[in-house]
Amino acid sequence: MADGPVAEVLLQRLEAADGGLDSAELAAELGVEHQTVVGAVKSLQALGEIIEAELRSTKRWELTAEGEEIAREGSHEARVFRSVPPEGLPQSELMRLPSGKVGFSKAMSNKWIRVDKSAADGPRVFRVVDSVEDEVQRRLQLVQGGQAEKLGEKERSELRKRKLLTEVNLKTYWVSKGSAFSTSISKQETELSPEMISSGSWRDRPFKPYNFSAHGVLPDSGHLHPLLKVRTQFRQIFLEMGFTEMPTDNYIESSFWNFDALFQPQQHPARDQHDTFFLRDPAQAQQLPMDYVHRVKRTHSQGGYGSQGYKYNWKLDEARKNLLRTHTTSASARALYRLAQKKPFTAAKYFSIDRVFRNETLDATHLAEFHQIEGVVADHGLTLGHLMGVLREFFSKLGITQLRFKPTYNPYTEPSMEVFSYHQARGASGTQRMIISEPDNDQIRHQQYPGAGGPQGEPADGVRQSPVPPRCRTGAPVDTGGRMTRTALDRPPSPRPCCPLHPCQ
Amino acid sequence: MPTVSLKRDLLFRALGRTYTDEEFDELCFEFGLELDEITSEKEIISKEQGNEKAQGASDVVLYKIDVPANRYDLLCLEGLVRGLQVFKERIKAPMYKRVMPNGEIQKLIITEETAKIRPYAVAAVLRNIKFTKDRYESFIELQEKLHQNICRKRALVAIGTHDLDTLSGPFTYTAKKPSDIKFKPLNKTKEYTACELMNIYKTDNHLKHYLHIIENKPLYPVIYDSNGVVLSMPPVINGHHSKITVNTRNIFIECTGTDFTKAKIVLDIIVTTFSEYCENQFTVEAAEVVFPNGKLHTFPELAYRKEMVRADLINKKVGIRETPENLAKLLTRMCLKSEVIGDGNQIEIEIPPTRADIIHACDIIEDAAIAYGYNNIQMTLPKTYTIANQFPLNKLTELLRHDMAAAGFTEALTFALCSQEDIADKLGLDISATKAVLISNPKTAEFQVARTTLLPGLLKTIAANRKMPLPLKLFEISDIVIKDSSRDVGARNYRHLCAVYYNKNPGFEIIHGLLDRLMQLLDVPPGEKKGGYVIKASEGPAFFPGRCAEIFARGQSIGKLGVLHPDVITKFELTMPCSCVEINIEPFL
Repeated sequence: MADGPVAEVLLQRLEAADGGLDSAELAAELGVEHQTVVGAVKSLQALGEIIEAELRSTKRWELTAEGEEIAREGSHEARVFRSVPPEGLPQSELMRLPSGKVGFSKAMSNKWIRVDKSAADGPRVFRVVDSVEDEVQRRLQLVQGGQAEKLGEKERSELRKRKLLTEVNLKTYWVSKGSAFSTSISKQETELSPEMISSGSWRDRPFKPYNFSAHGVLPDSGHLHPLLKVRTQFRQIFLEMGFTEMPTDNYIESSFWNFDALFQPQQHPARDQHDTFFLRDPAQAQQLPMDYVHRVKRTHSQGGYGSQGYKYNWKLDEARKNLLRTHTTSASARALYRLAQKKPFTAAKYFSIDRVFRNETLDATHLAEFHQIEGVVADHGLTLGHLMGVLREFFSKLGITQLRFKPTYNPYTEPSMEVFSYHQARGASGTQRMIISEPDNDQIRHQQYPGAGGPQGEPADGVRQSPVPPRCRTGAPVDTGGRMTRTALDRPPSPRPCCPLHPCQ
Repeated sequence: MPTVSLKRDLLFRALGRTYTDEEFDELCFEFGLELDEITSEKEIISKEQGNEKAQGASDVVLYKIDVPANRYDLLCLEGLVRGLQVFKERIKAPMYKRVMPNGEIQKLIITEETAKIRPYAVAAVLRNIKFTKDRYESFIELQEKLHQNICRKRALVAIGTHDLDTLSGPFTYTAKKPSDIKFKPLNKTKEYTACELMNIYKTDNHLKHYLHIIENKPLYPVIYDSNGVVLSMPPVINGHHSKITVNTRNIFIECTGTDFTKAKIVLDIIVTTFSEYCENQFTVEAAEVVFPNGKLHTFPELAYRKEMVRADLINKKVGIRETPENLAKLLTRMCLKSEVIGDGNQIEIEIPPTRADIIHACDIIEDAAIAYGYNNIQMTLPKTYTIANQFPLNKLTELLRHDMAAAGFTEALTFALCSQEDIADKLGLDISATKAVLISNPKTAEFQVARTTLLPGLLKTIAANRKMPLPLKLFEISDIVIKDSSRDVGARNYRHLCAVYYNKNPGFEIIHGLLDRLMQLLDVPPGEKKGGYVIKASEGPAFFPGRCAEIFARGQSIGKLGVLHPDVITKFELTMPCSCVEINIEPFL
């Protein structure tokens, strides 16, 4: 309390004092803890210009608990010496004394005592001198009496090494009168109350000032997950660009839709046990669109639709194998197949954002699950330039305008490209590279699309984006946005986690 | 994507000029390669095994270059340089020729025993070749890269290369009982039987990966010369007798496998790449292979195929306006020798044996676009007019998750895969009762099944965030997977909503209140009447007895809410009471 008794006494003493007073001295005079006086000083300071306080720090030597004991009762070696009677004492008995172990060796090295190992009942300790001067005790008493400066530097450091002395930093205040000094301080109100408003008493009351540098109290609220916020944003962009969302609520997929329909040969490494989660139960897809299956089989093994094919023995059993989809392109393949069944052909723009699965061991940079973004345009007369134009619009809506396109290879897209985007993060000195990757022009080669039953020459424009698996720093099975979040939100990471449960940014 | 490691100085010498790292990176980017890393042997060893081991290792600068997975012709220095030099129009793509030998042609006879294990073999001869240390190393390295990629770790194709001067044809490719095969394998000093070799190589870090291909078969494939010398026991090891060295002048190459097409491609790639070091450059000596049915084939095929593509099709697909002559020039830069023919709009493209990846017109169009430069293509927007629609289930999810957060709950994003224990044992259920989809080949026990409930994920999230101030209020709206024989794949997703409240008190009323709020948002009134919702006392192994209710809405059961059983709480390594609700939101669509 600002107007506690100590604060009042302090003000009275200050009025009488010449110039000022020291907080530590006042504490000693009043017989209170120094901290109490410091509290009074601080609360008076908070009232404005009543007092002025200057922080001073002084070094002082103090006895440790052991040091105090020695100052009172003598050093261990002196105590050992005193406990040895003229006729001597068995060493084993001496060692049992409280000061025995420490005092014995010190007393030996001071040559105050000696040990007779040939005594009848084991080693026996005798005095060597008649009386001793307890120098350690005397020095500690000097320090206790506030006369530490009488000791030499060497003596003090020796005592400190024996852990009998410590040097303490004492922070005190030198208090003097402020420009608005007064001994009478009225109690300040902390907050406005309904009673004050109705009675009007607020008009006559002083109010305690606010500390505007303190943090506010965070609102008690729920939060959305950072990565899913990004999902919402990407979804919004696609919707703004006229793309219709594809159904992707089928994590389990057959190899047929996940690979074969996408012209990925059956010996492709991605179809290895190492990379893909296959299912034990249900192990096989029971229903496949058999007429389409036959067209896919023919194209893989013999070619067709202008293709040479892969020329291998395509097996239906391999296509039936169920798996956890490795990309959302399987959903795009289904969507394009459905589109191809519609007669007459109508142009379409599709997108999806959903989970995909890869058989990975978890570590800081690998997850077995991540989200993939995918877009497809199907229309007459589409070009690679159109695909790049759509990508440019998409990225510019993310605030990313610097793009480069690199040729790449994908079994199910041709031509294929990777997009390299450079985003100058606000406040960051370097550039961030985000590889979004893998769109295509003739979405899913010609083999797939006309094979799906659609008219020849209706290429579909595709965008498939697989962000780098996000880093997950907590042990929790929570995956957050990682690099993608930061780039995509076009805003530097918040200085404190916006959601206490997800400290990753 | 395969990575090829090349000595920088050697590469620049072959390219006839030097580049800065940035210039070379740019060239790679344009061509569809990626300069992945600039390093040295010393740096690699020091990174992997520490500085001490790297002492004395070579510090020659290495470029590690990522090559597209279908470009087998770029997997070594010779091929990569050839590709880049033609791309930059510094050289013309060579024409590879198969020639007949002056003397007798080399013959490889396949016996019918191979049919069950590794039925195909192809062969060729590189005559009067001149190796240097670097060329020799590149030759070995190319075989290794091919083995790792197109050969699928030797399962589809295995390559054997031999010093022809140590052998005498004709050769026989047959299959024998392992105990009947005995020879001195590469880099060993004595003879072993095939059985012994399989044991020896079990501990060989390189070869142990290939043993499984033949291990449990009754007969092993083996190739002999006319004197009974073993050339190789594919796909595991060659014989020591015919080992090639830097001084070898005549090389007999055989590729055996289970995929005939790929065996032919692999042979073509090896001979085309290294025929440039033969006395008669770019010529390859033919070899004959006699199949068990008596048919005679001559290899390598080195087939040049002609394709026709109309120039306006290329322009239309890429979105450019180039003359047919220019397009032909662009394609020629990609090692696809092209010329304008017919009405002046037709381009005839010759696909060389090095470009097995070109199987369709759109592959040719892509190469024209690469040579034109992807980044030179004018970006335009398609005129396609469409009205966007949200997927209704996702639209509902988006609406609900915002309101859940507004109700004070924090969204979690948890794995859709988990352990069997998480969805069964820990919740007091038997796995068969969950109708869960089971994964056959997980790498870790964390991913044995697809989740059938969102609850374990949220409880694990709480366990990982126990240090956070109470109460913890979490929710997730996401898919779970259940077996369903009516679906084509035998399983389907359901969109679930799950919320948990974790505090010093169970807080059933809070979770119940959240359910009430949800129903209010979904416009489902309380009460038993049609279209309303009620909760009815129920039980479940995951819940504390008497603290569980089933939720019925619009006439069907949609889920449960209640206070979790202390056993469940303990099994998820939690210590506080916890209540939860989990419902299927699909009935509200």
